[in-house]
Parts: sequence; C-alpha cells; structure tokens
Amino acid sequence: MSAVSERVRRRGEALVRTRTSVITPVLVVYLALAVLLVAGSVLVGVQGGVLLDHGGILNILTRGTVLGLVAIGQTLVIVTGSLDLSVAYLIGLCSLVASETMAGSPGMIVPGVLAALGVAAVVGLVNGLVITVLKANAFIATLGVALVLRGYLEHNYTGPAGSVPRAFQHIGYDRIGPVPVAALLMLLLAAAAWWYLRRTRTGYHMYAVGGDVEVARLSGVRTGRTIVTAHVLCAVMAGLAGVFLAGRLGSGAPYVGADAGYDLESIAAVVLGGTALAGGRGGVAGTIGGVLILSTLDTIFDDLGLESFFKDVVRGVVLIAAVALYARSRTAGRSA
Amino acid sequence: MRARPRLADGTGPVLVVLLVLLVALAFAGPAYAEPSGYLALLKRAAPLVVLAVGQYFVIASGGFDLSVGSLVTAEVVVAARLVDGDDANTWWVIASLLGCGLLVGLVNGLITTKLLVPSFIVTLGMLLVLDGAVFLWSGGAPRGALSPSFRVLGRGSADVGVLGQVPWSVVVLLVVVVAAAWFMRSGTGRMLLAVGDNENVVRLAGGRVDRLRLLAFVLSALLASVAAILLAGFAGVSAQVGEGLEFRAITAVVLGGVLLGGGRGSVVAAAAGALSLEALFSLLNLLGVSGALESAVQGVIIIAAVAYAAHGAGLRRMLRRPVPHPA
Repeated sequence: MSAVSERVRRRGEALVRTRTSVITPVLVVYLALAVLLVAGSVLVGVQGGVLLDHGGILNILTRGTVLGLVAIGQTLVIVTGSLDLSVAYLIGLCSLVASETMAGSPGMIVPGVLAALGVAAVVGLVNGLVITVLKANAFIATLGVALVLRGYLEHNYTGPAGSVPRAFQHIGYDRIGPVPVAALLMLLLAAAAWWYLRRTRTGYHMYAVGGDVEVARLSGVRTGRTIVTAHVLCAVMAGLAGVFLAGRLGSGAPYVGADAGYDLESIAAVVLGGTALAGGRGGVAGTIGGVLILSTLDTIFDDLGLESFFKDVVRGVVLIAAVALYARSRTAGRSA
Repeated sequence: MRARPRLADGTGPVLVVLLVLLVALAFAGPAYAEPSGYLALLKRAAPLVVLAVGQYFVIASGGFDLSVGSLVTAEVVVAARLVDGDDANTWWVIASLLGCGLLVGLVNGLITTKLLVPSFIVTLGMLLVLDGAVFLWSGGAPRGALSPSFRVLGRGSADVGVLGQVPWSVVVLLVVVVAAAWFMRSGTGRMLLAVGDNENVVRLAGGRVDRLRLLAFVLSALLASVAAILLAGFAGVSAQVGEGLEFRAITAVVLGGVLLGGGRGSVVAAAAGALSLEALFSLLNLLGVSGALESAVQGVIIIAAVAYAAHGAGLRRMLRRPVPHPA
C-alpha cells in the first residue's frame, strides 16, 4: 500500500511541477515553428521565392489537415498510455466505405459519411477491447488489427473504387482566402479535443490512466472504459481523415493512408509536439504545432526544389533531436 | 549435480505450434514428403529467423527496433550499387555492409541510452533517415547488380556428406541460432534479460545497463545486415525487399512468447516463432488461400499469441481442473 501511495504522491508532484514550469514543450514547439518559418522564408527568399504567400499558406494547411486529423486522435490514445498503428489502413478503408456508399449521388453524402465513421468506430472499439479484455499490448493489438485491415483491403481491392458526388468534393477544395475550409474544421476539432482533454472528467481520466494505470484504478477510474473511449475517438478521427481524402481524390483509395505512412507519421507528430510516448503528459496544442512543423518542412523543401527523399532524412533527425531535447529538459527539471 | 539441458520458460507452446504446422505441411503438399522440402522451407525462412533473433535481443532488453526493415532495404540497394556485378568486389562489400550495420546499431543504441529517447522513436527516426538516404543516393531506383559470388550465401548450397546439398543460408541460420542461445546462457545474456525485467535492479546490482542495451541494438543491426546479405542473394535486388520486415520480425518474436517490454522469453522460441510464421505462410499457400490474406492471418495470429500469453495460465488451470467423479 505504501508503495502505491508513494506513487500517488509522486504523480501529484509531477503534476504540480508541470504546472509551474514556464518552458513547456508546447512553447518550445511553437517557438521552433516560428524559427522554422523565419529560416524557411529566408532560404526560399534567397532563391527568389516567397514561402508564406497565398500558395504557400494553402500548401502548409492542406498538408496539415489530414495529418492533423489523425494526430489529434493519436494524441488521445498516446496520452492514455496506448498507441494506434491501425490508423493508416483505417483511413484507406473509410475512404472506400464513404465513396462506395455515396456512389456519386448527392443524396447519399450523409449516409456515406456516417457509414465510414461507423466502421471507424467499430474498428476503434475492437482495438480498445483487444487491449482491455484480451490484455494484449497496445502495439501488438493495433498492429494485428492493422494487418487484418490490410489483408481485407488487399483481398478485395486493387485500386480506387466508388465515387464521390461533386457536391462533396467541395469539402476538399473550398477555401476562405488562403485558408482551406477543411483546415478550419480540423482546427475546430483540435479545439474540441483540447477542451475534452482539459475540461471533462473522461479527459482527466485519460491523463490519469496514461500516467499510471494502477494508481488510476485504485483511485476509482474505470481504466478499461477510458482506454476504449480513447481508441474509439482516435479511430473516428482517422475515419474523418479518410472521408476528407475521399472528398479530395473524388473516390476511395485503399492505400491512401498506408502509402503516406500516416500510422508512424502521426505518432511522430504527436511526439514532436511534446507528448510523452509513455503517456500521461502532453496535449493537443503541442500536436498541432508538431503537425505544422512537419507540413512546413515539406513546403519549404518543395519551394527549394530539394529531392523529396531528403525530407525523410531531415524529418527523422528532427524527430530524434526534439525528443532528446524534451528528455533532457525533463531530467534537468527532476534534478533541480 | 548434473546440468540437464532444459527448455527455457515459454518455449513449449511455440514448439508445439511449429510441430503441428510442419506435420500439416507434410499432409498438404507432396513437396514436403521428403527432407528437401523442409530444407527449402528453412532456406526461405532463414532471413526472417536471423532478423527475429536480432529483434529478440532488443525486445528482451525492453526496447523496439523498427529500423531493421529499412536497414535491410538500404543494404541490399547499396550492395547492388557497390558490387556492380564484379566478383572481385564481393568480400569488401560484405565487410562494409556489416560495418554499416554496426554503425546503425551504435547510433540507435547511443541515442537511446545517452540521450534518453525512447527506442521506438529513435528507431522510427532511423527508419526515416535510412529510407530517405537510400533513395537520395540511388535516385529512386536501385542500380548495379550483385555478383554471383555474393548471391551464393543466399541461394547456393554446400555439399555436406550424408545430408546432401545443404543451403548456405541454413548453415548461417543454425550458426546464428546456436550462437544466440549460447550467448543468452552466458552471464551477459542473463543480464540483458534482467535489464528488460527491471533496469533499476540491474543498475543497483552493479550491472552496466547502458552498455547492455547498446549491445542489444548493435546485435540487432548486425543480424539485420546478415539477413540483408541472405535476402539479396535469395530474392535479388529491389527497393521493396525490406518492406514490413520489422513488423514481421516483431510478430515472430511475440509469437515465440517473448513479452514486449522485455524480461521474459527465450531466443530459441523467438527463432521458432519466425519459422512457424514462415511455415504457416507456406501452408496457407498450399491450401490455396490468397496471398492477399497473408497479412490478415498474421494479424489474427499475433493478437491470439499475446492474448494467450496474458490468459494462458488461467486457461491451463481451467483445462487441468479435475473432473468431478460421480459418487
């Protein structure tokens, strides 16, 4: 018992410490984003271009929309101490479900979206139940579900299928000035997720479960229910990303999520945003910063006309460096 | 007291699964009526088994290595370009591939232990770097060709008296598995497993935790290089050769009953897991299940394996419960 109460005390102290610390990872992320924007503008400017013109802003936000949707969901599960490797194939599956249900008729838009989100919710439920009821490690559980989805897609589809009515394609392309409507919707959902994590009981429970499952259980949190909720919400966000991509591409594409590597990419964005992979620390605000950093990097490389493969190298280095920085500041805080 | 050869904990179930699969293969296909069929299976499975052994070291010590798949791809593409079809280049290229593996393992291990970055992130970053670097260097499509002597390891055979033709890759496989099993019985090997179980205890007991974890990453990357050499010989050069291998190796290790998070499981079981996976794919193939469903089957299996590991003790107790006798 005393060991547990010691852990409770330490969690409490950790919470207090994160409150009082001035240099939070979120601040670091947005500072890094600002530095990146300035440096990128200079670099692109030297070559005679402008980074943040109409097209540049549009490019950054469009790239960030899909990754942002997935990463918001991924933040919820990672904060809860879990992770979801099945999102990439789920995106492809949902784009297919949406476009095949719509089948080109404007009347079927709402059923199509609902069907896709329903399928996503079921997959999230399966993820959550495999983790909580079968007690499988989250990595293995969601990897297993990802492989099952991949097998289904490979067995049933060879290429794009279904078609999206013209009216629905507006969601992919409409914009207000340089800002795509879909990006605004994504930011709105990010705000909702922020509110959910910071202002609701279930949100607090997610941090508690991610911090220490046993302590949360002993404090009366229904840990299983919390984990399942996080996974369902994450899957629904991935489903939204799939629906959005269907709207942009005009049809469903089985490997649209896997080819872009949204599973590992979204985890990278979340971790880049200062959320601890072990759970219990971090949030949506940092994640959006991480997403914007990644999409800004992409845009800068495009403007500079660098080889796209160079992006991967820089991205890998940035990811490792960022997490090393967070780890360092955390240990420094502990010893102080 | 006499030391009795004994199976490590948790090796039993996967060996049973493997045996069942091998017997089923014999019934399913005429190719498996004689030893050569099984030798071909071993040859096919060799790269995955070698990778799984490497992954075992990292997982047993409490980490992940997601970079092995892209390391395999990178080394195959690099090898093709450097060898360029010339036999004279074979040996120094093989040596430099192993050197590259060593370097990648060292970087993975040092960043994990010195910069305190979770290994999932480090090796994910390494995956991105390797993927990007190899395409940057090769310009998107692999160029060059492997020399015949390079490909011998992957697809050639050695004459071994009684057994007839034994593929070199099977020899490599046996050497790797035996060496790994021997290593895990040594003091260092036991310490490695202890790091995965409870790092603080090892540290308090005077073990060099960082050095042990570094060793695990180096071994994993070195064995990935060996797997790359075997795969290049067996399957030839392509830019997709290593795709998904990291997850397949993790699946194999988990199938062998090795706990993610470390501290439990044997290396022989991990190798048996890899062999079972390959045997299962062969069996599905013989039964006419489409290759597209392979990954779905893989998915169901790893969930089942982990669920069994979590609930196995309870299940066994239920099965063993004595049947009440009628009075």
